[in-house]
Amino acid sequence: MTADRPRGPGNPLQALDAPLAFIGRRAAEAVLVMLAIAVIAFAVKGALGDPLREIMGEAVPETQRAELRHRLGLDVPWPTQLARYLGHAAQGDLGQSYIYKRSTLEVVLAKFPASFELVLAASLIVLLISLPAGIHCAVKPRSLGARLILGLSVIGISVPVFLTGIILISIFSVWLGWLPAFGRGETVHIGFWETGLLTLDGLKHLLLPAVTLSSIMLPLFIRLVRGAMLDQLGTDYVRTARAKGASRLRVWLHHALRNALLPLVAIAGLQIGNMLAFTLLTETVFQWPGMGFLFLEAVTRADVPLITTYLVAVGFLFVVTNTLADVVSLWLDPRISLEGRR
Amino acid sequence: MSGESARTVAASLRSFALDRPGSMVAAVLLATIALAALAAPLIAPQNPFDLASFDVLDADLPPFWLAGSDPRFLLGTDSQGRDLLSAILYGTRISLTVGVLAVAIQAAIGIPLGLIAGYVGGRVDSLVARVADVQLSLSTLIIAIIALALVRAGLGGEALGRLAVPLLVLVIGIAEWPTFARTARAATFAEGAKDHVRAAKALGASNAGVIRRHILPNILSPLIVVATTQIAGAIMAEAALSFLGLGLPITQPSLGTLIRSGYDLIFAGIWWVTVLPGLTLVGVLVAVNVLGDALRDALDPRLTLS
Repeated sequence: MTADRPRGPGNPLQALDAPLAFIGRRAAEAVLVMLAIAVIAFAVKGALGDPLREIMGEAVPETQRAELRHRLGLDVPWPTQLARYLGHAAQGDLGQSYIYKRSTLEVVLAKFPASFELVLAASLIVLLISLPAGIHCAVKPRSLGARLILGLSVIGISVPVFLTGIILISIFSVWLGWLPAFGRGETVHIGFWETGLLTLDGLKHLLLPAVTLSSIMLPLFIRLVRGAMLDQLGTDYVRTARAKGASRLRVWLHHALRNALLPLVAIAGLQIGNMLAFTLLTETVFQWPGMGFLFLEAVTRADVPLITTYLVAVGFLFVVTNTLADVVSLWLDPRISLEGRR
Repeated sequence: MSGESARTVAASLRSFALDRPGSMVAAVLLATIALAALAAPLIAPQNPFDLASFDVLDADLPPFWLAGSDPRFLLGTDSQGRDLLSAILYGTRISLTVGVLAVAIQAAIGIPLGLIAGYVGGRVDSLVARVADVQLSLSTLIIAIIALALVRAGLGGEALGRLAVPLLVLVIGIAEWPTFARTARAATFAEGAKDHVRAAKALGASNAGVIRRHILPNILSPLIVVATTQIAGAIMAEAALSFLGLGLPITQPSLGTLIRSGYDLIFAGIWWVTVLPGLTLVGVLVAVNVLGDALRDALDPRLTLS
C-alpha cells in the first residue's frame, strides 16, 4: 500500500561466513519458500474449486462422478494428492485452465513478456529520472529545483496509479488523440517471446502504460536516492576526497553515488511486491494483456487452476528477485567478502 | 497520557501551525472534506444508494459550469442518473471510514506487539521483528489483492459486495500491522533504557504498569506520525481494490468504485464521472500526506529524512 518509504533490513549480509555459503543458504531458503507457496496454492485449489462441477456440470449421475473422481485422482487422501500436485508442479504441470483449455503454466508464461516489457520500460524511466533528480535534491537541498521536485513527489505519491493512467488516457488518447489507450498494438514473435518493442506501433502502445507505472515508483526512488546520497555526503571519506582536491562532480558521482547505490539495490529488490500490485493496476487501466490482467480475468471467471498458477508464478518472481538483489548486493559490496575471510 | 507529554505535544502542534502555512491549508481542506463526508446524509441532495430514486432521463448530465447542465445536479450525473455530488459525499464517507477503521486494526495489532517486543526483548523481539520483515517485504497491496481475489473467486462477486466494508477493513488492517509494530518497538527500546523507566521498575511497578504509565505516553509522537501516513495508505489501498472490482460494489460506491464506474465513459467524452471523484481522492490523499510530513517534522525531528 505505502510506496513512500524504504523497507527491509539495512544490510542483511553483515554476519556472513563466506559469500558462497551465503549464496547457498539463500538458494536453499528460496527453494523452501517456493515449496511453501506451492502448498498454499494446493490449499487454495482445494478450498475454491470443485473440478468435477466445472467439468461435468451439476446433473451427472453419481457413478460417473465417482469414476471421474478416480480418474482425476481425487479419491485418495489429501497428503497423497499434495504429493502428486508437488510432483507435477516440479515438472511444470500446474493444471489445465478452465477458460483456455490449455496448460495454465503455458497460459501464464505467454503473458509474461507483456508484463516484463512494461516493467522494464517503467524501470528505465524511473532510473533515468530518479538518479539525477535524487542527486540534485541531495547536493543542492535548498535550491528551487530541489524544493520543486520534493513538493511534486508528495503530490506524486498521493495520486493512485490507476488515476494517473486514466488522466493520461483522457489527455493523450481521448483529447489529443496522439497515443493509443488499449492493448499492446503490433507485436513480433521471437521464438516463444512476443515483443512489442520492435514495432513503432508497439512502442506507441507502451508509452502511456510505462509512464503511468513509473509515476508511482518515481517519488519513492527520488527520496531513496536523495536519502542514500545525503548519508554518503556526510561521511569522512567524501569530505577527505573534497579536501584532497577532487572535483565536486567526481566526488558526487564516483565516490558518493557508487556507495549510495548499494542500499538502493537491496531496497529495490524489496519493492517487487509493490511493483507487481502497481503493474496489475496499470494493466487493468490500459487492458494491457499481461499477467495481472490475466489474473483478474481468471478471478472474475473463477478459473481456479489459473488463479493458483498465477500465485505460484508471482511467488517465483518474488523469490528470484529477492535472491538476486541479495546476491547483487554481495557482488557490489567489497566489504562483505573481506568479512567472509575473517 | 501524562500531563507533561500532553503539553509537549500541544506546544509542538502550535508551533507547527504557525511555522507551516501550507500544512494549515491541508488541515483545513481535510477538515472540510471530512465534515462534509460525515454530514453526507444531512447535506447530500440525493441518496446515492437508493436506486429507485434515479431517473435514466437524468443520465450523463455535465457539471454546472458546462453547457447542458441541470441545476438539480451541481456536479452532474453518472450513466444511471445518480447525482454525482451525493455519490462523492457518500463515497468519501465510505473511503474515510474504511481508511480509519483499517488503521485502527493495524494499531490494535501492531502497537501491543511492538511494545511487548521492545520491552521484553530477546527471542520474543526477534520473532516479532522477523515476522514483520517477511510480511512487509510481501507488500500490502498484493496481499490484499490476492486475499480479496480469492474471496471473490470462492464466494462470488455478490457476496464480496455485501461483505466489502468489513473485509476491506480486515484485509488492509491485518496486512499493515508491521509498520506500527516496528515504530512502537524502536521507540519502546529507546524509552525503556531511560532512567524514569528503570526507577519505576526498581520501585516495584508491574511490567504492565510501566508500559502503560511510563512508556506508552512517551512514544505517542512517532505513533501519531505513523498513523497519519498509514491512513493515506489505507485510503489509497481501498480505492485501488475497489477500482479492480475487489472492493465496494456500485450499489454502495466508494471513491474507487466511482472512478471505476466512470472509466468507460471517458471515451464518450463524459469525463466528470471519473475525474471528479478522482480529484476528491487526490485532495484527501495530498492533504493527509502533507499533514503527515509536517507532523513528522513537528513531533518527531528524529524521523525527518534529512
